[in-house]
Formats: sequence, structure tokens, C-alpha cells
Amino acid sequence: MIALLRRDLALALRSGGGFGLSLAFFLIVVMFVPFGIGPDRATLAGIAPGILWIGALLACLLSLDRIFQLDFEDGTLDLLATSPLPLEGIVAMKALAHWLTTGLPLALAAPVLGFLLNLPEGAYGWLFLSLLAGTPALSFLGAFGAALTVGLKRGGLLLSLLVLPLYIPTLIFGAQTVVLAADQMANQTAFLILLAISLLSLAIVPFAAARALSVNLR
Amino acid sequence: MDFFVDDLGCRRGEVEILSGVGFSLAPGQALVLRGPNGSGKTTLLRTLAGLAPAVRGRVVAPPESIAYAGHLDGLKAQLTVAENLAFWAAVFGGDTAAGGIDAALDGFSLRALSDRQAQHLSAGQKRRLGLSRLLVTGRMIWLLDEPTVSLDAASVAVFAGMVESHLAAGGMAVIATHIDLGLAAARDFDVTPFRARQAAEANPFLAGEIR
Repeated sequence: MIALLRRDLALALRSGGGFGLSLAFFLIVVMFVPFGIGPDRATLAGIAPGILWIGALLACLLSLDRIFQLDFEDGTLDLLATSPLPLEGIVAMKALAHWLTTGLPLALAAPVLGFLLNLPEGAYGWLFLSLLAGTPALSFLGAFGAALTVGLKRGGLLLSLLVLPLYIPTLIFGAQTVVLAADQMANQTAFLILLAISLLSLAIVPFAAARALSVNLR
Repeated sequence: MDFFVDDLGCRRGEVEILSGVGFSLAPGQALVLRGPNGSGKTTLLRTLAGLAPAVRGRVVAPPESIAYAGHLDGLKAQLTVAENLAFWAAVFGGDTAAGGIDAALDGFSLRALSDRQAQHLSAGQKRRLGLSRLLVTGRMIWLLDEPTVSLDAASVAVFAGMVESHLAAGGMAVIATHIDLGLAAARDFDVTPFRARQAAEANPFLAGEIR
């Protein structure tokens, strides 16, 4: 399974792997906001947590269909399914690889971009922590959607529609963690619920997605 | 241990394609599936590999013994020939040591290409690499779907030799192919008599209701 993770990371980092795509998209969304909203610092500070979280979420969504689609198209998924690796393990490793190449870079880049949006001082740490805790849920829930739509040509639209409702709780509690921190209020509850969503999707999605994959491979 | 199939029904999508398929293979034997296009050879192989569930009947094989090679080779364009093989060797937990991969590289004379990215290979070279993967899986039963597509005559001969030595080592193979591989231990298996009657009935186009 480590071989699968290593291969997915190598593929993402080599040319045409799409590693920088999500990060670039995140950067563009966040950079455009001050131009669209105007330079009022108070307004920007107010919307910064929400914009940063929405940007990260959309950036994550952008690369979801790569999780299984490429492997499906070149036959790798068939061969993996007949290998000794359990499908659940394959899903977990591929979702983890997606997080390492998408969620983690987004979490690392977010504080820098927060500066562009005049994010209040106390919220930088929480922005990083909330993305670190919340993006695994985005990758894993997204892997479930990707597994459901893997056989479909141009399944990207359906994938987005399926996954967006699943993303809403993560977005609410993730953004709320940062908003409360910016207002210097207690945000532990929101953060713990975010953490719980992530852990729950980590625990459930590999099984659900493996089932969806085996149906789609028929 | 034998590879044994009894009263197997296969379906593709919702349509039952084959029913009542039965055969058994002892170590060292091979089965060559025959039948025109669309007769269900691929569906049978996918069912045998466990990718598609059987409608009824059973497939009895030793656990973790099946290696499947379909129309697609499962190669990654950005990885080199050696990296592709090393990945599959690691996944199948087979011979991860350089020795196993070296033998697989030599089998189809891919040695000179080992550092080349798969995207720069020709179609025939890709197929050779895809078939070399079988060697690193260390699996006993090979299920091969049109393995000789895009291979030249010399490579077909090399491939036939590869299957021969696999059989000689106690392996088994089920091969869907239209050409004669000249395998001594192989017998033909025509899938046409096993075509399910439902296939025609369930499909309005085949049944002639829609024109």
C-alpha cells in the first residue's frame, strides 16, 4: 500500500500530474477578492475566514475527479482490484495521496493568503489548524464522490453536485472556527466538531467508496 | 490445486451473456477461449477474475492466485518502464528484489528501454511491458484478454514462449485470442454454445422488437 501512496505522489509531482493546479486556483480566488470587493480593510477582515475556506474547498473540488478517473481509464484500477490490496486500502491510500498533494499545501498556503485579506491577527493559527483538520474530510468525502462517478464520461458535473452537500458541514464548522477566533471568542466546540467530521469520514468513506468502486468496475 | 469453474453465469451490465460455463484446468494446462466478437470472452474473463460478480455457479481457484491482463495495460505514462514494473511487483508483494524485475525486463527484451517513460513507448512496447507485469505478480493463473494485440510476429513468439514456461512451471492460463499461439498444453474452448438465451430476450434490439 505504501507503494501505491508513493506512486500517486510521484505521479502528482511529475509533469502533467496537476499538483499545482489546486494551489494556483486557491491563490487566484483569494487574490481576486480584494479587487472585486474593494479595498475596505474592515469589510475584507470580516469576510476573510469565509473566503479562505470557500477558496480551499473549491480548490479541493477541482482535483477530485483525478483520484480514480485516470486509473480507471488506463486499466490500473482493474489490475489493482485483482491485486492482494483490499479496495478499502486502495481508497484510503489514494485519498491520503490527494490530501498530501492538495489539502496540506492549501493549509500551508492559507495563512500567507490570509494576509492579503487582512485576516485579524489572532486567527492565523486557527486558520491553519482548521484547514489542517478539515481538509482530510474534503479529500475523503471527495474520494467517495469520485468512486461513485468513476465510470462516467464527463462525470465532473455529477461529482461536484454529489459532493457539495457533503462538504457543507465541513465548511460551516471550519469557517466558524476561524470566524470565532477572529472575534476572539471561544471556538473549541466548532473546532472539535470539525475534527469529528474529519475522523468520521476517515473511518466510513474507505468502506463506502470501495463498495461503489466494485460496483463501477463490473 | 486445480482451477475449476462450474455452471457459471456471467453478465455484463444487466444482461446475462453466458450461462452454464464449466471447465477445469490442472497445473500446466491452458485454455484458449474462442468465439466471434461480442460472444462474451471478455465478460467471462472478468467474471473469472472476480471483477464482475457471477450470476450463478462458482469459480474455484486457490486464494490470491489470479493475475488478470485486459485490453488496457495499466501503465502510467509519467513513470519509466522499470518504475512501472517495480510498482506492480510491490503491489503484488512478489519479487520486489531487483532480480524479479530484471527477469521481467529481460523476458520481453525491455532492458534497453528500462529508463524510458512509458509515454514514449510504441503501442507494441507498451503491450510488452503490460505482459511483463504478469511475471512480477508471481500469480499462478493468468487470465489474458487478447494479449497479442499490437505485438509483432517476433514478440508473439516470445509471448508464446513466456506462456509455455509459465505452464511448464505449473502455472495455468485462460487466454482469449484469435490467433494461434501454438501452445502444446492448450486446448480450445468455444464460448458460443454457452451464450445465454436471455441475452437475446432481454435486449429489444437483439430480439428484433425495435428496428
